[in-house]
Amino acid sequence: MSEAGDTAFARPDRPAGRPADRRPLLAWAVAALFVATLMASVAVGAIPLSPSELAAALLSKLGPSEMTPDETLNAAIVWDLRLARSLMAVVVGASLATCGAAMQGLFGNPLADPGIVGVSSGASLGAMAVIILQISTFGIWTLPVGAFVAGTCTTFVIYALARPGVAGGDNSRLLLVGIAVNAIGGAVAGFLTYLATADQLQSLTFWSMGSLSTARWVTLAIVTPPAVVGIALLMRWSRPLDLLALGERQARHLGVDVKILRRKLIFVTALLVAAAVSFAGTIGFVGLVVPHLFRLMIGPGHRWLIPFSAGGGGLLVMLADMAARTLDPPNEVPIGVIMGALGGPFFLWMIWRGQGQGRGA
Amino acid sequence: MIRVENVTLRIGAKTLLDAVDLTCLPGSLTVIVGPNGAGKSTLLSVIAGDLEADAGRVALSGTPLARMSVRRLAQVRAVFPQGSEIRFGYPVEEVVAMGRAFRDLPVAEDARIVEREMTQAEILHMAHRNAQTLSGGEQARTTFARVAVQQTDVVLLDEPTAALDLRHQERVLAAARRMAAEGATVVAVLHDLNLAAAHADSIVLMQAGRIVAEGPPWQVLTEELVARVYRQDVCILPHPARDCPVVLTR
Repeated sequence: MSEAGDTAFARPDRPAGRPADRRPLLAWAVAALFVATLMASVAVGAIPLSPSELAAALLSKLGPSEMTPDETLNAAIVWDLRLARSLMAVVVGASLATCGAAMQGLFGNPLADPGIVGVSSGASLGAMAVIILQISTFGIWTLPVGAFVAGTCTTFVIYALARPGVAGGDNSRLLLVGIAVNAIGGAVAGFLTYLATADQLQSLTFWSMGSLSTARWVTLAIVTPPAVVGIALLMRWSRPLDLLALGERQARHLGVDVKILRRKLIFVTALLVAAAVSFAGTIGFVGLVVPHLFRLMIGPGHRWLIPFSAGGGGLLVMLADMAARTLDPPNEVPIGVIMGALGGPFFLWMIWRGQGQGRGA
Repeated sequence: MIRVENVTLRIGAKTLLDAVDLTCLPGSLTVIVGPNGAGKSTLLSVIAGDLEADAGRVALSGTPLARMSVRRLAQVRAVFPQGSEIRFGYPVEEVVAMGRAFRDLPVAEDARIVEREMTQAEILHMAHRNAQTLSGGEQARTTFARVAVQQTDVVLLDEPTAALDLRHQERVLAAARRMAAEGATVVAVLHDLNLAAAHADSIVLMQAGRIVAEGPPWQVLTEELVARVYRQDVCILPHPARDCPVVLTR
């Protein structure tokens, strides 16, 4: 079809190759930072450990050996307290960040975040109800199940009110629904606080501010399976998630059964939020900040965005928890405060950059 | 092959489609024309499976729509919709490749076909550009390439030329004719009667949810009929270079 005299258009050459693929390099960078942060977060705390002490403590589980009382103490600190906590930070961060990425795909809106939209507050409400009403139908699983059920219901409600394509401007509508849901969550939380005993009150404060201080191997064992399953499913559904960017109707034209996908995504995002919220309370903005940054660096394709978000989210929450533990020892600054201090301005920056339309990336 | 039998669609008290019958054969390009609100896009949406008719039947390639899953439908028909959008900054090339995402065709072919159709649509030079930064016309060409890579038997185009300049209007309709020549059943909704006249094998003229005329351009585009349906007087002349009618407002 190439007519003469029109070569510039009829035979357009590719621009000087495709943009350099930053993914491998970035993957190594994230992995290196991840390991370094994990080591640092285990070493840092009320009793700081030197690298050699840390190595000795980490290796102490490998075989029975003579240990000085100091070394026994260090091993206990590392293995019984800090390692479980750091890994919990990873699971929570990975869940929140991937959940954010998936919700942004589902809503077609880069401002969707489990915290802003209200899913976190819905899920933590479920967990609070379990504590205050002393429900124990499912044994140790009651708490995450409560968070999951409440999170799923909340997401359905939000989606029904703010689904993409509904008239009235997606972005503002989603954020307005988020404000309303968070207000309701706040009211119910207030009522539960009113009902609570002094003991329960403490765990409630902890929900609203977020904290990893209750992380133990048991709680880690409870939240890891739903987190791993949720992230694995999102990676499997990365292609249909990509197609959703064209809007529901066009995704359907291309073979995505949007109704089914939507339902699956709502369940999985609720599962991930439940995993994050059950034992750590509400930690905001992770789901907003992390996917957004990676979208800028590697593009919006979910096949890579989901795993990168998982790694980046784990990294971010580990860092925030380290800060929480070390800013004012021996007290702990609530991690929610730290994430809010980081995430709030970031959110403003996104809005400013998108000229109020929230069209990031 | 598209077979529409006695399709009626109402929304509230309004009848959008009123007992429409239409058969489009493989290897043909059918163009639906008509004034605003005649039901052109609605008919296309019913054929595409987006809207469900209140009465009547639609079959694509011999299979009733109702019996096809969403995934199956994507193997049979491709749709160029009115008003495309993309919500995140995917590169143009990836947007085009989305046409193949759930197509049961050899994956090894994907890259070649995507490149071929991008060349056809003259968007190859912007393959790595963020699709959100495209102009309306570039977006339409990207969407057309996405429809083309789907390589389906039935191709439905809803105002594919609306955002395009002269050259690309011609190119898109030439491409649609080529698809038909290769055996596809192509249906396009167009506003420009002259484009319809120049490219259609058959023109379907709609008014108020009904088909008022159907046939080759010379037969459907008569001064009397166009004036009545559009409520606008026109002259119809032979095209000086092509063997087709030209419609001018009077």
